[in-house]
Order: sequence, then C-alpha cells, then structure tokens
Amino acid sequence: MIETLLAPLGYEFFVRALAAAALVGLVCAVVGSYMILRGLSYMGDAISHAAFPGVVAAYLVSGPFYVGAAIAAVLTALAIGWIGRRARLRSDTIIGVLFAGMFGLGVLMFSAIPTYVGDLFGFLFGDVLGIGVMDLVGLAVLGGIVLLIVAALWKQLLYATFDPLGAGASGLNVTALDYLFLAIIAMTIVVSLQAVGIILVVAMLTTPAATAQLLTVRFGRLMGLAAAIGIGTAIGGLYASYFLDVASGATIVVVQTLLFLAVLALGPRTGLIARMRQVRTA
Amino acid sequence: MTDDPRIGPPEPHVHAHAGGMHDPGGLAPPPLGDRALPAYAAGHDLTAAHLEHHAAVVLQGISAGYDDRLALENVSAAIDAGTLIAVFGPNGGGKSTLLKVIGGLLAPWRGTVTVFGARPGVHARRVAYVPQAEQVDWDFPVTCWDVVAMGRYPSLGPFRGLRAVDREAVGSALDVVGMADHARTQIGRLSGGQRRRVFLARALAAEPDLYLLDEPVTGVDPTTQEDLMEILEAEAARGRTVVATTHDLAAAAEHFRQVLAINRSVIAHGPSTLVLDEEVLARTYGGHLLVLGGNTVLLDDAHHHDDAPRGERHFHVDDPGAHR
Repeated sequence: MIETLLAPLGYEFFVRALAAAALVGLVCAVVGSYMILRGLSYMGDAISHAAFPGVVAAYLVSGPFYVGAAIAAVLTALAIGWIGRRARLRSDTIIGVLFAGMFGLGVLMFSAIPTYVGDLFGFLFGDVLGIGVMDLVGLAVLGGIVLLIVAALWKQLLYATFDPLGAGASGLNVTALDYLFLAIIAMTIVVSLQAVGIILVVAMLTTPAATAQLLTVRFGRLMGLAAAIGIGTAIGGLYASYFLDVASGATIVVVQTLLFLAVLALGPRTGLIARMRQVRTA
Repeated sequence: MTDDPRIGPPEPHVHAHAGGMHDPGGLAPPPLGDRALPAYAAGHDLTAAHLEHHAAVVLQGISAGYDDRLALENVSAAIDAGTLIAVFGPNGGGKSTLLKVIGGLLAPWRGTVTVFGARPGVHARRVAYVPQAEQVDWDFPVTCWDVVAMGRYPSLGPFRGLRAVDREAVGSALDVVGMADHARTQIGRLSGGQRRRVFLARALAAEPDLYLLDEPVTGVDPTTQEDLMEILEAEAARGRTVVATTHDLAAAAEHFRQVLAINRSVIAHGPSTLVLDEEVLARTYGGHLLVLGGNTVLLDDAHHHDDAPRGERHFHVDDPGAHR
C-alpha cells in the first residue's frame, strides 16, 4: 500500500503537481471561507472566466500566463465592484454581463490563433501534472502574498464581512477591504488556474469552506477545517486521478463534492442521519 | 473610565436645541407652527465655540438619501455630550438614515456633520454603531464572544491578536449585559433579547464616547428593555453620548432624557416629555395618528415596517406603559 503511494513520488512532475495542488487547496480554502460568508461564490466563478483572455494574451506575447491572468482577473473583479457601487444594477447582473463578455473575448482571441494550442485547453480544465518549475515558483509567491494579506487582516476582513455598518462606523475602511478582498479572490484564482482550470476553480473556493461550515460554528475553526479539507482533497484527488488515469482537476473537485455530500449526510450538526435519529427518539 | 479630557461630565443644565436653528437655507418648516413654543424650541444663538465645547454631534442643514430617494431634508440639530437621546418618527422617516450619516456610513448630499469637532470618521474609534437586528446574518459562524470581541478589532493593528486588555474588556462587557454564560453560544441560537444584549456588549467593549444604536430595544421582552436602558443610562451618566432610534414611544418617554422627532425633517427636539405632546405627535406621524376621545392612538403603518414580522401591526398609546 505504502509502496504504491510512494511510487509516483519518483516522478518529479508528480511531486511538483502535489505541491501545486496542496498550495491551491490551502489558498482556496482560506479565501473561500470569507467568500462563502460574503455570498461571493458567483463572483469567484465570474473572475475565473474573466481571466481567460488574459491567459490567451499572455500566450500570444509568450509571457508567463499568471501575469496575464492576474491582470485580467483583478481588473474584472475591481470593475464588478466599481460598477456595482455606481450603476443601479444588482451585482449578479453585472457579474453576468462581465463574466460572459470577458470569457467570450478570451474564446474569440483563442479561435483567432491559427494553430492548435493544447496548452490553452489546459487552462480551461486544469493540467496540474504539466506544471513547470518556474510556474510553481511564481504560484507559490502569489499564494504566499494572499496568505500574508489574510494573516495580516483576518480580523478586519471578518468584522467587515459580518457587520459592514458596525465595522465602518468604528473606523475600518470597509470599501477598501471590499476591493482588497475582490483582488484577493482574483489572485487566488490565478494561483489555481493551472491546477483545476477556469471552469472548475469555483469548486476549490467554495466546497471545502462549505463543508467546514457544516461542521463548526466558529470562524477560526471553519477556516482551519477548510484548509485541512482543501489540502487533503487536493492530494487525495491527485492520487486518485493518477491511479485511475483520469483528469486531475476534475478528480479533485469530484472528491471535494463527495466529501461535502458525505458530511451533509453524516455530519453532527446538519447531518440528515442525525436528524432522522432525533426524529426517531423524539 | 471617563479620564478622557475631551469628555466632561454632563452639564447640570439642559441644553436642548430646536431643529432648524442652524438651518442655512431656510428651507425647513419652523419647528412647531406658530403656537407658543416651549423653551426648548425658542432658539437661542449658539456660537461655534459653544457647540465645540458642548456638542458631541452637530448636524447642519443635512439632506441625505439613497440613489434618488430623499430620506432626510435639511436636518439641523446639536446633541450634547452625555445625552441619552431617542430618535423617533414614522417608518421611512429617516431615523436609521440619520444614524448612518452621524456614523459616517452615508455621505450627506448637502450640509455638514460634525462628530467630536471633526467630520464623521475622523474619531471613528470613539464611535460604536449597532445595526438593526434584521440586518445581521444570524447564521454567521461566530459565538457571542466572537461578536463582542469585534468591538475591539478596530483598535488592533494588522497581525495583532486580542491582547489581555482586550479579553478583559470583552469578558466584562459580556458580564454587564448578563451574557457571560452564553459566551460560547453561536449567535443564531439566542433569543431576540439575548441578541440585542450581545450587540450592546460589542458596543460596550469598544469603550466608545458615542453610541449609535438602531432600534436597540425593539421587540425585546420588558426585562431586557429595562436592563439595556439601565446600562445606557449609566453610560450617559459617565459622559458618553447615546443616540438610539426607536418607534416605541413609551420607551422613549420612560427611559430617555431627550427625544428628537423626525419625519424627513426635524419636527421637535427637546425633553422626552415631548412624546406626550399631541401636536408633536401629529406633525411627526402625520396621517398615522388617530385621536379617539382625548386618547391619542398612534397607528404605525405595518406595510412600511422594515423590521416587524409579516402582518404584525404596532399600536402605541401616548400614555407610557399603557400598552403593556
């Protein structure tokens, strides 16, 4: 058993993939814990799709993908926030407009490239096994910055999430924190793109945090649990995909979803089984 | 705890300022028609120095609203330090908007706001704001302790966790409101009164000089109302300023020293006996006032009620306590 698990570690590409997947699992879970409480899950989905034209543009100029993705994602995130404050439109409407518009632009640019580019398909569905050394270093730096910001401002972010009026009146700059958080989501998505792909990254952000929320009523524990679940499912999913020879990003997301459903069914607080037992003993 | 030299003890004499006194544009109606005005509304000249010295909050010609909806029009008032004041008026009359303007949460369209001698936000650490219960996500994964601890967050810098002095403040605030036993309870499992207690504890933990409380005693049991008002009275006695909105006139008359009647503009501002004044009530509530054989019965329009359970109607009688 142990030999079987250690075997793939002989391949450098697999070790790199493991490191990338664990990093993505950790950063997504930490940021996702705030995201689900702020009701920004769809925002995550929108920003990831909006990163696509940036990835294609980076490919066209042979630059690192994460720079292009970061520019496109951060700009879109801030634009959604900015328009939401000014135009009298619901934020989900603005998300709908920019999300499809930016993704459409990316597909348009993609289709204009005359030759087949498999690399870009990797960004749609994730290709963590193909991650290079330089990419991994870049992602680790970007992920580290995100974690550092959250470590510095976790209290302020929590207060502004829970009660923006109370936080604002007592001196926290809630508007700045809102924009900062959108930028954090965008950076997190950039870190995750190569591992799980544009289409599935929203699951990395929401599912571990949502699973943790079924298990605890304190935010600190929620984030810790989400991080453990994020890292665990990323590593577990990667192994599963290796042995089953299926797509890695998709496998990680499916593992997360199965865990969520299991906790929903069996969990101590919201578990359907616990509830049925209560009904029976009542 | 009142070692802050900027906040003196409350003045022995009552300073009550009528709305419209600082009215720069002359657009607001006179406070109370042309009948003989009580002393509080007669108006006397306030010099800038006087305001600077006495007032925690000064509003001058404030107009404010959301999008293109005007909620406050030409509101002027000065609230002295150490005042326990209830803001009352009909739903949609601008009570909550006024609190948001003072708290720096909503920029007024016109006019100036001064809080402790500066624009709102400059002295934000000295301000604690408590939102209406309806604006809180009670499923949020935080315990009572966590919520009260948030009162300390603005004074903590980046990377800083709670210090011993912060934990002490949180613990004693929970004690004061009688919620120490529920410190580890998730907030959604509390009763309505307990929820209000916890949020007042958060404000107390911040050790502010100005409390801005949106409906702090709405829909709570009489015991909780008594307890919370006792705490607020004690805070006011220490020189802290308490501004609370309410639509409970009985509570306003019974527990507050001053009231500010608002229906988009200031209708009256003065001692809490004003809520017994039929003309003030008539002008504040307009069409929602019924006069029945000498008893003034106030019908608060439930359809515009943003915080009452569906279908609930509120009846307030001008005799404090008579509706209980």
